[in-house]
Amino acid sequence: MPSMDVNGSEVEVDEEGYLADINDWNREIATALAETEEVELTDSHWEVIDFLREYYDEYQIAPAVRVLTKAIGKKLGKDKGNSKYLYELFPYGPAKQACKIGGLPKPTGCI
Amino acid sequence: MARVEIQAPELTEYVEIPVLQEGSMAHSSPFVAKPDHQEVLNFPGELVEDWHDQAIAKMEDLKKTSRSFSLFLDICVHCGSCTDKCHYFLGTADPKNMPVARQELLRSVYRRYFTFAGKFFPNLVGARDLTREILDEWHSYFHQCSECRRCSVFCPYGIDTAEITMAARDILDAVGYGQKYDNEILGKVLKIGNNLGLPGPALKATLEDLEEDLEDETGLPIRMPLDEKGADVLLITPSADFFAEPHIDGLMGYAKVFHQAGISWTMSSYASEGANFGMFIGNYATMKKVAERIRTAALDLGVKRIIVGECGHAWRVAYSFWNTLTGTGHGAAADDKYAQMLQKQLDPRYPAPQHIVEFTYDLMQRGVLNIDKSANDHRTVSFHDSCNVARGSGMGNIERGQFILPREVIKGVVNNYVEMDGSTMYEETLCCGGGGGLLTDDLMELRVKGAMPRMNALKKVFDEEGVDTLAAICAICKSQFSKVLPYYDMPMHMITSVHQLVGDALVFENND
Repeated sequence: MPSMDVNGSEVEVDEEGYLADINDWNREIATALAETEEVELTDSHWEVIDFLREYYDEYQIAPAVRVLTKAIGKKLGKDKGNSKYLYELFPYGPAKQACKIGGLPKPTGCI
Repeated sequence: MARVEIQAPELTEYVEIPVLQEGSMAHSSPFVAKPDHQEVLNFPGELVEDWHDQAIAKMEDLKKTSRSFSLFLDICVHCGSCTDKCHYFLGTADPKNMPVARQELLRSVYRRYFTFAGKFFPNLVGARDLTREILDEWHSYFHQCSECRRCSVFCPYGIDTAEITMAARDILDAVGYGQKYDNEILGKVLKIGNNLGLPGPALKATLEDLEEDLEDETGLPIRMPLDEKGADVLLITPSADFFAEPHIDGLMGYAKVFHQAGISWTMSSYASEGANFGMFIGNYATMKKVAERIRTAALDLGVKRIIVGECGHAWRVAYSFWNTLTGTGHGAAADDKYAQMLQKQLDPRYPAPQHIVEFTYDLMQRGVLNIDKSANDHRTVSFHDSCNVARGSGMGNIERGQFILPREVIKGVVNNYVEMDGSTMYEETLCCGGGGGLLTDDLMELRVKGAMPRMNALKKVFDEEGVDTLAAICAICKSQFSKVLPYYDMPMHMITSVHQLVGDALVFENND
């Protein structure tokens, strides 16, 4: 199993850099994961990541993009409730890239 | 782990046969399945020690159980008709992606162990001993075929090349050398009910959320029913419809159609997946297990009809294999109790199974739907024929219905429709580049390059005819296009579900 170095400690990840164990996750690790994705985390990113982790806690899966955009829109204002906003934050796609940084498993399927 | 830049091939006036670049895709090989992905499908967890003997034994077994396996391996005359028909060859220029050359990777081994000439004069007939290098080569190149069967259309012998890819993958699984993406997904279907691994409560919450959106939009309580016993219709749709864009807009389109038609329907949390990757890995037992979940759900819910949502290979499996796999429609074995039960339960007045496009088309023909085409006037639409629908199924019980019906439905709801170059459509349609179990990030280079021939035809109507919307009826096509379009300077959001177009054009009389 590959691993990544976060401030001197080793964290297990899979071949694609997703955390092997969601419970390993913390904010330093998220920052390190974001670096590998060339994403610089701002408060706006954290808002999305925190929502994803809350949703995952409840449902054991990431939310649908539409559910995510709607929830973000409700919470942070209509101007942020669209996929364009999310793609600006996470250019590789909010579903996969935001999940990765948030320590969630990679969504699979025809997506 | 910096992202590697993928250079998309340049688009040209016509797709030309590329100058060969030997070994240009030899590095492309998907992640290997982990033991837990393998074992749940009854495959060895990792590469077995006696992989050589096991692989040959598996070939022997396939030779006995599948007439097509030995037939297709025996009869190829290497005429070369298929060479330039593969989108992966055209996009990568790797000669091993010529269908005949890719098949030869397996055929040369088959010849060595199963033909007279190969057994005694291997060098004379190009027969090869199975080595570890060859096994790796299989893992690489048989995951550079999307089983789209375009090459088969041009084969004078009618060799179904996809069957050979499927057999190769089946052999790889049998020796413990599977592909991660496909097998992990199949494990999720068997455990949770869908490719996504979306548990029932999450599905329920998502559907409730969508019902709220539908009510906001139309002012009507349009339902997204789940696990409702006694509904007339069971809708089986790819789980991407519950999760991804633009798929989810298509799902909302189905709901609007059911609502307006006044037909009771339900989805199932147990069989919340239309896709059947058992076909992609060429494993009959797995394909049957996945299909049986749908039969179980249909029996439990007591439905009279089964309708399949927008998923290309799901429709191929449903249309072509469900009858003998599960007894949907005709063909249930006399001793298959549940298949017989299902045949008795389903209403014989409707096709079993029925495609959602057939369903909508029928309603349109009968004037049941209230449509305002001008709602889509801001779009100029083209349609992409998905390979499994085009070459592996039919629709509407009329010849070439799988081409006619989707177009009729689209033209019934939009005013501006443009067809792409005919040599890239219908029976000769080009794969989106992500089909056949290859829609994974670890094959992104292959996916981008393999999309080139389709992108070439699309770019032409995009530039010259103002096409800004590409409609499709396959979850894989939709995801693949939204990923690769930007590589070819077209917007990712131009890919749309056919039933989004339908949904947008439906007029609801609001009683409020």
